[in-house]
Amino acid sequence: MMVAVSIGAVTIPLGEVWGIVLHHVTGTGTPGDLALDQIVWNFRTPRVVLAALVGAGLAVSGAVLQTVVSNPLADPTVLGFSYGASLGAVLIITLGGGAVLSGVGVSAAAFLGAVAAGALVFALGQRRGRMAPTRLILAGVAVGYVFLSATSFVQLQATPTELRTVMFWMLGSVAGAQWNQLPTVAVVVIAGTALLTLFGRRLNVLLAGDESATALGVDVNRLRAVLLILSALLTGTVIAVAGGIGFVGLMIPHLVRLTIGADHRRLLPLTALLGAVYLVLVDLLSRTLDRPNELPLGILTALLGAPFFLWLLRRNKGLDYA
Amino acid sequence: MKLTVDQLHITLDHRPILRDVSLEARKGDIVGLVGPNGSGKSTLLRAVYRSLRPAEGVVRVGDDDVWALPARTAARRTAAVLQDTTGNTTGLSVTEIVALGRTPHHGLLGRDGAEDHQAVHDAIDRCGVRPLADRDYTSLSGGERQRVLLARALAQSPQLLVLDELTNHLDIRARFELLDLIRSTGITTLAVLHDLDLAARLCDYLVVLHEGAVVAAGPVLEVLTPQVLSDVFGVRADTDRHADGVVRITYAAQPLALDVAAADAVTTAETVDR
Repeated sequence: MMVAVSIGAVTIPLGEVWGIVLHHVTGTGTPGDLALDQIVWNFRTPRVVLAALVGAGLAVSGAVLQTVVSNPLADPTVLGFSYGASLGAVLIITLGGGAVLSGVGVSAAAFLGAVAAGALVFALGQRRGRMAPTRLILAGVAVGYVFLSATSFVQLQATPTELRTVMFWMLGSVAGAQWNQLPTVAVVVIAGTALLTLFGRRLNVLLAGDESATALGVDVNRLRAVLLILSALLTGTVIAVAGGIGFVGLMIPHLVRLTIGADHRRLLPLTALLGAVYLVLVDLLSRTLDRPNELPLGILTALLGAPFFLWLLRRNKGLDYA
Repeated sequence: MKLTVDQLHITLDHRPILRDVSLEARKGDIVGLVGPNGSGKSTLLRAVYRSLRPAEGVVRVGDDDVWALPARTAARRTAAVLQDTTGNTTGLSVTEIVALGRTPHHGLLGRDGAEDHQAVHDAIDRCGVRPLADRDYTSLSGGERQRVLLARALAQSPQLLVLDELTNHLDIRARFELLDLIRSTGITTLAVLHDLDLAARLCDYLVVLHEGAVVAAGPVLEVLTPQVLSDVFGVRADTDRHADGVVRITYAAQPLALDVAAADAVTTAETVDR
């Protein structure tokens, strides 16, 4: 993370970075060059911290959703959460009250959109109180398409300037990170991951199948409902501040599973860690590959991750039996 | 612990599946549930392991109505090994699968303690899957998987075992070994078995279900009469007890004339449909 803070449009020596961060965190040492201080403390540090939180949040959501709907393809995008957030964001960007609303408004709308999508999947995915995994994921896909259509329709009405903003938002970025938004995101991601890890044993039981889980004393429908709500809140929070970053939620959980196995009590914390590291890395590349321009994160997450993921898939013999 | 099923009625999608079913297994009994496909065997098990609430009637494990107990409490008494294909256990080791059996012994904050490790350890040894302990469950053969699932059930420390077609798809030796294993636990067992020979070999008592109702119940030889075998299963057969104590069923070369006619009728109907 220190390295990620030091590299960017302007490269700042690690020692300098350390000095500045230490100064702010502990109040000791001397404040360095004011411009550097500004870059390190007000721009890059919050950005790196946000990237880590967003990566962790998306990856943990993905891991939980894959188990909840019993499908390895599941992630916040497939279940419609990301598209719900997109619609919310796009609506505010194109119709919203301009500068006043654009900052907080887009985040709030994206969060509401994601949670609305989660609620819809939750409502439509059940029949007589039973939430069958296949019905859930198909409901998620359908809800996602509806939101995507609505988003596309709204985009057609947008001006070119708005479109650029929309595009950038949908591909995701942590460039706008500010200290004041971090506490909320940090609390949600850390508490969310901790809480979901507490559900680890029950998540493991879901892997055994619904009837077996029921026989083990787990109320599978209630468990699914709780997990779906928690992951929608978690996803909504991180998408709201960083936009629709794909692939992290799909790939990172599988990477960790292939490496250390599927026990959620280990899987979720490590997924959070790897998701955090991965997105910090991707963000670092997004602002260095094409200096001084920045690439949206969504472009790089898959471009960088997919080849490695495919290599791991080919190497792992355990998948042959499944 | 004893199991009592009393006047059970179950309806699924407005279709009656079980009608006035009663049965009893005393402590330590192995009761086999037999009957043709669709006779309601698995549905009855679901009511016992608390997955499908009966419309009427009571299931008691020990002295308590399982549907009046909290799910976790009921699951500490009753363990089930089912034909459950909805899961996806890729990435779980054999030990981790067996450890799932400890779930009903913990709340959300529960951590595995010495008792849990001991129960898992014992179950693994008991079912002879120690050499497989670190293997990925999905890499196992059918017979190995069933042993692991039985180990998971035993790790639950149950007082009633519910088994649905435990020996399906297994070779004959694996079947016998698994049955002996169940016998050796001494736990009260309710087992659905398709194979009547195996049912006769394993069980103290049999209950025959036909179209959702109990048509015969009692000791194996009294239940598997030529009459029941022909009325319920549509086969001509005799049963007797051999010198070694095992009940054997001898099937006649020809199925029932009635059934041949019925099968012909079905074939004809299908032809007409096309």
